[in-house]
Amino acid sequence: MPRYVARRLGQAFLVVAGVVVLTFVVTRLLPGDPAVAFAGPKATPQQLAEARARFGLDDPLPVQLWNYVRDLATGDWGTSLRTRRPVLSDLYVAFPASLELVGAALLLAVLAGIPAGVLAARHRTRLPDLGVRVGGMLAVSVPVFWLALALQTVFAGSLDWFPVAGEYDAALDTTSPLTLWTNITLVDALITGNWPILTSTLRHLVLPAIVVAAYPAGVIAQMTRAALIEEGGQDHVRLERALGFGETSILVRFALRPALNPLLSLIALVFAYAIVNGFLVEAVFNWPGLGRYAVDAIAGSDVPAIAGVTLLVALVYVLANLVVDLLQGVVDPRARQR
Amino acid sequence: MSVLSVTEPVERPGRVDRLAVLGGALIVLVALSAVLAPWLAPYEENTPDPLHSLDPPSGAHWFGTDFAGRDVLTQVLYGGRTSLTVVVAVLTVSALVGVTLGVVAGYAGGLTRDVIMRVTDVFLAFPALLLSLALAVVLGPSVTTAIVAIAATWWPWYARLAASVAASVATRPYVDAARCLGVPAPLIVLRHVLPNSLTPVLVQVSLDAGGVILTAAALSYLGLGAREPVAEWGLMVQQSQTYFTTNWWVVTFPGLAILVTAFAFNLLGEGLRAALDPRRVIK
Repeated sequence: MPRYVARRLGQAFLVVAGVVVLTFVVTRLLPGDPAVAFAGPKATPQQLAEARARFGLDDPLPVQLWNYVRDLATGDWGTSLRTRRPVLSDLYVAFPASLELVGAALLLAVLAGIPAGVLAARHRTRLPDLGVRVGGMLAVSVPVFWLALALQTVFAGSLDWFPVAGEYDAALDTTSPLTLWTNITLVDALITGNWPILTSTLRHLVLPAIVVAAYPAGVIAQMTRAALIEEGGQDHVRLERALGFGETSILVRFALRPALNPLLSLIALVFAYAIVNGFLVEAVFNWPGLGRYAVDAIAGSDVPAIAGVTLLVALVYVLANLVVDLLQGVVDPRARQR
Repeated sequence: MSVLSVTEPVERPGRVDRLAVLGGALIVLVALSAVLAPWLAPYEENTPDPLHSLDPPSGAHWFGTDFAGRDVLTQVLYGGRTSLTVVVAVLTVSALVGVTLGVVAGYAGGLTRDVIMRVTDVFLAFPALLLSLALAVVLGPSVTTAIVAIAATWWPWYARLAASVAASVATRPYVDAARCLGVPAPLIVLRHVLPNSLTPVLVQVSLDAGGVILTAAALSYLGLGAREPVAEWGLMVQQSQTYFTTNWWVVTFPGLAILVTAFAFNLLGEGLRAALDPRRVIK
């Protein structure tokens, strides 16, 4: 086990190093001179030169890369050209909002996907199965930005059941201001007992969370169904059937647990995917997360901010995969051989 | 098969899944309407008609008209040409690059394999849409940009898949035999390893087409893919979204086009995978 952990950590470190280099290369390729963007259009040549020196843009590329790595390691992720604040503190505000959205969405996806998969496997080749298969396929095929617009127009616009956009009512900031601990609004509101903000956030969360949940719910339903059907051919299922257990209880009590094993790695993969997919949803619902930050940064050619978002999401992805691999190494010794 | 398995639905090998057939039929339909768009479309591509802007669906305009008075049905038909071009180009480029690197890595093993696979891992660590976004910003928005950007994030999957298949093919006796006969390594890879590693890749390609459609539409929606005057479904949604509340047709039809096409590719891909899955035949 220690050797497996060491090897896996080494691999993750290599990937992170590669990610940093790739981010560096991409940001050097981005159009727009950061010095010009920082100093402003009316800058004198002298001010431009100062900005240049300040960002180290006159150094040779390897030196710039080394400085970049050193800065990243010491927590200096650059200054956003748009907000004029350190990128890391911008991300510290935006990332929790994305986590909140994606977390809620994944919870919805698991709650909808697993029962749907069980239902389909239980009524194999009959109507519920067909419904779940078609529904799951539709859920993974729908363009998220379109689904977001459609739900927003129908349920927030025409029916007025939910708020149109934002994370919570801005007016609440004055009537019942939120004390920040984790920057995850739901958690902070819960800890500090701030009910107005909690209920407002929940109401704002419903529509975007459903949209982000569509893809993972579809994938989870399909995978649960396939795994249960495969598990249904195992000897233990025959034994349970011979012992007189009903089909439903065989599925739920015995077949589901081994079938859910691969779900862990699936959720980690889907998690990173959902964060990026959430970008489009955040743009539609004006959710103050990474996505909106990234879209604004792209629109404003805000290179340090784009690099920051890219790096953060890639790190989350590597970390999620690492955790899953290590957990599977603990659960399933065969995984360590690979 | 045990006598106890009376209630187990027995899978007949070779039975064709009806949903996969539906997917295939839909793809043929979408492809035909894209190819025949100049003849099928009731109006000229991209011709604004300010007198008929935002007309609801009617006999003259089945899908209505957009804010510039363009016929939505015509734009949707032409948009299919863009989407299918992007899909074919992305999958061809990324499969070529990925399979080449993957087969070399899988056959060669050792250091070559390690280097190629670590590079692949780095690219895999970037979620596809994000790297595409960054590249699209670098290259400036266009259809070509969308193709390059998406292909850059797609090839690692084929590289990884081809490497693992090629590594197992490389241990087969016929490969050993070829090596003993003194066949040079490039020829072994080309003649024996490559053809025998292709099936899983082709299945994966058909599974991925839906994802490529969605990513391309997302890029255009964010303004980083196709631009005017090219007709593209994601772009149509982006341009029309402010009119959506009062004119449902302007966003609904291009979105449905994306949904139906991605849905069709996904159904067909699933069906192919199930049909070619060796475990299924054994059962």
